[in-house]
Amino acid sequence: MSDLGPGLLEATFVLIGILLATSGIRAFLDHSNPRRVTTSAFWLLLAVIFAFGAVLPDRVAGIIVLVIGLLSLARGVKTGTFDEGTPEDRTAHARRLGNRIFAPALSLAVIAVLISTWAPFGDQSGSIAIGIASVLALVIAWALTRAPAPAVVAQSDRMLQQVGPIGMLPQFLAMLGVVFTSAGVGEVVANAIAKIVPEGNQLAGVIAYCAGMALFTIIVGNTFAAFTVITTGIGIPFVIALGGNPVIVGAVAMTTGFCGTLVTPMAANFNALPVGLLEMKNNYGVIKAQAPLAAVLFVIQVVLMYVWAF
Amino acid sequence: MPEWFVLIGVLVIVVGFLLKLDVIAVVIVAALATTLAAGKSFLEFLDLLGKSFVDNRAVSLFLLTLPMIALSERYGLKEQAIALISRLRALTPGRFLTIYTVIRQLTGIFGIRISGMVQFVRPIVHPMTSAAAQSRGSRSESDTETVKAESALSENIGNFFGQNGFVAASGVLLIVGTLTEAGYEVTPELVAAASLPMIVIAAIVAAVHFWRLDRRLTQDTTDASESAVSGRE
Repeated sequence: MSDLGPGLLEATFVLIGILLATSGIRAFLDHSNPRRVTTSAFWLLLAVIFAFGAVLPDRVAGIIVLVIGLLSLARGVKTGTFDEGTPEDRTAHARRLGNRIFAPALSLAVIAVLISTWAPFGDQSGSIAIGIASVLALVIAWALTRAPAPAVVAQSDRMLQQVGPIGMLPQFLAMLGVVFTSAGVGEVVANAIAKIVPEGNQLAGVIAYCAGMALFTIIVGNTFAAFTVITTGIGIPFVIALGGNPVIVGAVAMTTGFCGTLVTPMAANFNALPVGLLEMKNNYGVIKAQAPLAAVLFVIQVVLMYVWAF
Repeated sequence: MPEWFVLIGVLVIVVGFLLKLDVIAVVIVAALATTLAAGKSFLEFLDLLGKSFVDNRAVSLFLLTLPMIALSERYGLKEQAIALISRLRALTPGRFLTIYTVIRQLTGIFGIRISGMVQFVRPIVHPMTSAAAQSRGSRSESDTETVKAESALSENIGNFFGQNGFVAASGVLLIVGTLTEAGYEVTPELVAAASLPMIVIAAIVAAVHFWRLDRRLTQDTTDASESAVSGRE
């Protein structure tokens, strides 16, 4: 069945393309959206990238990505009004369904893990598992709620548009990682770091990588961006190349970056938003409370990465 | 051009994020600046941009999980979660926040995307923590401020140290995408599994932190009532 792998993975991307195209079309028809044409273009162009990525010439895909970036830059992606239901309506459904409402979400995780552990589709099993599990979980949710078909479409569209362009950021950052690698950014950073960090010393490498993740996150306020830059520059040459298990190193590095998020005013969604929402007096109150915890977790993760990855 | 010129992309990222410019545009400009600094042409940049973006479509696989979450949400997912959380009324502030942290970690592990600050902390976590603190006599202004900060902290810890336990979390997929492109064999389920120890450790660290919070709040109350007593004398 592993021959099916590449085809099924491509089919999964076509499915994402359909999801994006649905939002693109609905955004175009939604007159409550102040920028419906550019919003629609944004989602439709993404849909093209996903559905036809395998057959598009690189240069055409590149032009499309560039236009997507311009639409985002021009603040062209907005949302209209969506059916979110009244609180009374949602509460009534919650009473009717009880804890069964958690079943679709639970089944998604369970099905995905089962399929990827079984690994029937070769190397791509993990990604395909997510696709199959998403479809099955949606079917379960649909059967459970007995929602009318148009409501299923409308809700998918609502959530996709509410997540918005920022949801695409990880993919853009992964793309940037490839560009950095091909331009040799990793080597340049590594050469600079090598002047401070003794080469071949695993502990020094782990400390440099973790500190780099936390500090870069503090500066830019985004751990995903830090992961792209610091993993190419420090993580790979100073930790993974010395024999660190890439899976463990990658997983722990990402959460180490989150320690930086806990203490930076740059991460407004997490540290400034609650100050406003809860009407706090001290603008840095949340950061002040989180700092000692972030420090403890940081040290634990340095030790964990060093002990566990080698 | 000297080779360190390729670092211009890193500089673009730092400056762009600091100035809070549009993040997607900043990332593309960083890619452009880096490619040009490496001595390649604009057309080569377009080829590289298109190929690497298409090659990394798997990082956005989580989009497929959104329809199910959206439908569950529309049919009372949040309301049911609130109903469950409100049953925890009789707890101390610290114990309540410990449990909320773990619940938030579980939502992450099961891939339920919520904006916790708006949907849970403001309407339910902070009011319940605050009520628990007040019923135990913590009413001073500094206690009120502490309870607010700790409610937000509980959400952030639960969110950060939970989400990567989910195989389709965007963080997990970014780790997989970045390391696979670098030539290592890494799969989403392995990365999610490797994230579990830190999820457990973070829960323990948070529990200890909130246990100390309870003691601190009680301490304050005792001090306050003692000074109230001495004030009367």
